[in-house]
Amino acid sequence: MRLIFITLLALVIATAVGLGATWLTATRGTDFGTLRIGAWTARPKTGTADVDPYSRASIARAGDLPIGQGDGVAFLATTDDRKKPLDGRCDVVVSGVTPAARFWTLTLYDLKGRLVANSLQRYGFTSEEIIRSADGTFEVRMASRSRAGNWLPTGGIERYALMLRLYDTPVGVATRTPRDAPMPAIATAGCP
Amino acid sequence: MIRLVFTVIAGVLLGGVVHLVSVLALPRIASQDAYSRLSAITKLNAVTALPVADPGNTLMPYMDPAFATAICRYDLSGGPIKLAVPVSQAYTSVSFYTRSDVAYYAINDRSAGRKVIELNLMTEAQHADLPEDEDITAADRLIIDSPTSTGLIVLKALAAEPGLMPLAQASLAAASCKVQTDAPQAEAAPPPPAAKQTGPVPKR
Repeated sequence: MRLIFITLLALVIATAVGLGATWLTATRGTDFGTLRIGAWTARPKTGTADVDPYSRASIARAGDLPIGQGDGVAFLATTDDRKKPLDGRCDVVVSGVTPAARFWTLTLYDLKGRLVANSLQRYGFTSEEIIRSADGTFEVRMASRSRAGNWLPTGGIERYALMLRLYDTPVGVATRTPRDAPMPAIATAGCP
Repeated sequence: MIRLVFTVIAGVLLGGVVHLVSVLALPRIASQDAYSRLSAITKLNAVTALPVADPGNTLMPYMDPAFATAICRYDLSGGPIKLAVPVSQAYTSVSFYTRSDVAYYAINDRSAGRKVIELNLMTEAQHADLPEDEDITAADRLIIDSPTSTGLIVLKALAAEPGLMPLAQASLAAASCKVQTDAPQAEAAPPPPAAKQTGPVPKR
C-alpha cells in the first residue's frame, strides 16, 4: 500500500515538474542563442536548420514561421530600454539608427502577435517610407493619439510588442555585440 | 521521512525526463503549428496567395504587414519541384520550411542575382539519382535538398509603401511551383541522342 502511494506521488511530481517546465519554456522561451541588444532580442538560430529543441517547441506551439537566415532577422522588444513594459497609453519613442540592411520594417503587435486595429490602417513602417532627419537618424513615436512625424498608433492597448525585421542583412548568428548591430533606442516619453 | 525525500528526488528526476521528452515531442504533436494552419487553405504543389496581414487576419502570429506572401505547400513524393519566382521591384525572398516548420534554407533576390529566382527542390535521394550530365546542366539552376518530403515554400515580396502592395502581389501571382514532370523524360531521353550520334557517323 505504501509502495503504491510513494510510486504514485513520484509520478505525480514527475508529471507536474516535467510538463510545467515544458509549458514555461514553450511560452516564455529560453535564452539559448538569444541575442540581446538594448531592449531588443533576437534568436537568429531559429532561422537555420540547427534550431534548438526549445525554440522548435515554442515555434510549433505559437504557429508562426521563423524568418530564415538567408532572408533576414527579427528583433522583438516588449519593454523600453529601462525595462518598463511598452504601454499603449503612453508615448514611446524609438529613435536612432538601424544595423546595416537592405530593407527593414518596424511593426507593432499585441502580445499574441496580432496587429492592432486602427482607422489609419497603419501597422508599421518600412525603411523606405520613414521620415529621417538630415543626419540619417529617425524617430518613430508610438502613441494612442496622432503625433507629428512618424506616428505609429497603439490603439491604446495596455501592452504591446515592437518587431524590427532586418532584410538582407549581415546581422545574424555571428552577431555578438551592439557594435555589430546598432539598434535604435526605446524610451517612454511620458504617460498621460 | 527519508523515503519521502527519496520519492520527491525521484519525482523531480523523472520530471526532467518527462520535460525533455515532451519538448522533443511538442513539434510532432502540435496541431496548431504553421504547417497545419496553412495546409487547410493552400493547394498542394501550387502557389497560393495569402491574404495581407491585418488585425482581422489571425492566420499566423507576427506576420509582416509590409509583405505580400504566397505559399507553395510541397510534396516531393511525386518528383522534384520546379520553382520560379519573378523578382519584384523592392525585395523578394524565398524561404523553405520542413513539415515541422524548421527554416532550412532561404534566399533573397540579390543572392539569386537574376530577374527570376529559379530553384529545383528535391529530396536527397532524388538528388543522388540525378544523372551525372544532368548535374552539369543543372549547375546554373540552384538545387535545394529538402530534409523532408513535405514542407512549405514561403514566397515574400516587399511593398515598400502601402500603395505598392498590388504590384508586390502581382509579381508573386506570376510565380510558379510545380512538380517537374519532364524529369522521367529527361532520363529516358539520353539513349535516343546516343543512337542518333552513332547513326550519322557511318554516313560521313
